Amino acid sequence: MSAKQKSKAGITHDGLFFSEESLHEMHDKMLFIRRFEEKAGQLYGLKKIGGFCHLCNGQEAVCVGLEHASEPADYMMTSYRDHGHILARGSDPTAVMAELLGRAGGIVKGKGGSMHMFDIEKNFAGGNGIVGEQVPIGLGFGFSSWYKDDGRVTICIMGDGGINQGAVYESFNMAALWKLPIVFLVENNQYAMGTSLERASAETQLFKRGISFKIPGMKIDGMDVLEFEKKMGEAMEHARSGKGPMLVEAMTYRYRGHSMSDPATYRTRAEVDEWRSGRDPIARLQAQMIEAGLATEEHFKQKDKDIKKEVAAIAKAAEAQPEPDAAELWTDIYTDPIENAYPYPGKVN
Amino acid sequence: MSKITYREALNQAMCEEMKRDDRVFLMGEEVAEYNGAYKISQGMLEKFGPKRVIDTPITELGFAGLGVGASMAGLRPVIEFMTWNFAILALDQIVNAAAKMKYMSGGQYSCPMVFRGAGGSAARVGAQHSQSLENWLANVPGLKVVMPSNPADAKGLLKAAIRDNDTVVFIENEINYGDVGEVPDGEYIIPLGVADVKRVGSDVTIVAHSRMTGFALEAAKILAEQGIEAEVIDPRTIRPLDENTILASVAKTNCAVVVEEGWRFAGIGAEISARIMERGFDDLDSPVIRVTGKDVPMPYAANLESLALPSVLDIVEAARVACGRG
Repeated sequence: MSAKQKSKAGITHDGLFFSEESLHEMHDKMLFIRRFEEKAGQLYGLKKIGGFCHLCNGQEAVCVGLEHASEPADYMMTSYRDHGHILARGSDPTAVMAELLGRAGGIVKGKGGSMHMFDIEKNFAGGNGIVGEQVPIGLGFGFSSWYKDDGRVTICIMGDGGINQGAVYESFNMAALWKLPIVFLVENNQYAMGTSLERASAETQLFKRGISFKIPGMKIDGMDVLEFEKKMGEAMEHARSGKGPMLVEAMTYRYRGHSMSDPATYRTRAEVDEWRSGRDPIARLQAQMIEAGLATEEHFKQKDKDIKKEVAAIAKAAEAQPEPDAAELWTDIYTDPIENAYPYPGKVN
Repeated sequence: MSKITYREALNQAMCEEMKRDDRVFLMGEEVAEYNGAYKISQGMLEKFGPKRVIDTPITELGFAGLGVGASMAGLRPVIEFMTWNFAILALDQIVNAAAKMKYMSGGQYSCPMVFRGAGGSAARVGAQHSQSLENWLANVPGLKVVMPSNPADAKGLLKAAIRDNDTVVFIENEINYGDVGEVPDGEYIIPLGVADVKRVGSDVTIVAHSRMTGFALEAAKILAEQGIEAEVIDPRTIRPLDENTILASVAKTNCAVVVEEGWRFAGIGAEISARIMERGFDDLDSPVIRVTGKDVPMPYAANLESLALPSVLDIVEAARVACGRG
């Protein structure tokens, strides 16, 4: 740590210094994601958001810590629980909300919905709907960095359900074989839909799943954004320095069901409360910042009001957008349109 | 022009494209050190090195997905499946990822890549190694499906497929690998989606792809001896399908036979005959006849295997019926 950093206000966690500014930024991002997801849940309840809608309430520290530990040029892809990650990457929240609402200004023009958010400008490659499907795709992004030697790291995110897919182990094998610059991140929220980790996984210490491929593993408290950023940073450094892939298991918890259609009756109220009130990542950071004299309770109360207002305005603006033009049905299927590629486009000539 | 095999034509296409564009790489089981299970990639490791010609473990789903991700990140992968039978393991990446990445990302990401390998029936290898699955893949919007029937087409179409900005499923034919034909040297591109009239005729239209094109041409010879001039059309690209060339031929001959090696139920022949009915009904003097593989898993015994596949005589007979000479 440099003398200059020492003189600035902030918090030092496990040897890593976080400036006052970066702490506020992390806090505000986590809170924004929390309120955004709550709004999405509300709009789903009003049937304005359709289909599946997988919220990440409780998992915000992983989204934000990950973003802070990586570079904008690094690639990232995840499963269908993608709103938090794409917001943390810095994508336009109005476009994300418009996508949830199926509007023309949606981040993928209303063609993807909740599960298929993409932002090529932010190197965010989905938003993939099939459990584990994104892992071989992440392997390919990592391969491209190896091929081009471009110094980028791929962060390939999956859940504790996804890690049991065969595709994941095929990818582990090749990533380790060729020492590709990839961090495989498991968001272990302990339930794959309604099936608990213990009922689905023979080895529940998921960070050990790479051992037979010689992939080092690391378990991190995913409810502590400072701890997560610090450890994730080490994993990123490992991959970036040419040592090959790393497997990170983030211990986290989702407060809501698997998706909006899941009442989550498989968990006890006590269990949810234990995580919610005892380990909440936002409350935890707030307490740390207050203790360090970097903010007051009043500041956070005001911040919450401001963010709620901001999210309400975003939802309003997104809702005011028109639905996609009917012509969009037939675009983006092929790059160079070939008339005959589309059988029966509604007219027989 | 030189006389080379279908196998060499594919090799030439890949080598030329890899020389032209350093984003193109070849990956698959046994493609590098073994020179390819069917020797399609003979000598390529030596020419391009281990970074661009890469042996994989036997994990089709994983390396198919690697191709998808690599193409999204700007490379131009050619992913070889030893045979399309094994690509079934990789269908999630081909169908759920590659085919629809462009659509579900609102046009942001595309997957310019080629999945290629041997398809169709082989010689007495049984049910799991002997099947035509092009109708499965051609059913998926976002994929282009290409099936060359001779060495020249193999070269011209593969070069076009590698340059294409979308995902191309390129199904070769195992039995055709040793076929010899005239192939133009150097730059030779056949645009995707353009059918080829392999024989001009006026009495009956025979539409056949891949190995069945050769069967149809043989049938046409026999028919000619009987005074029936068959026009043989090879669509070459199953999707997009060049229906205009087929319809123009039917307008001339007023009858059609559609031949495919694959299963009859919901096959390519069903699609083509439906299109002729929808757009060419007034030109038809008789119903379109389908000649297809039997709806059975491929048996091993030699006699049963040939019973399961369409024969040249099946095509001759169907053509005679179609043009009222049955």
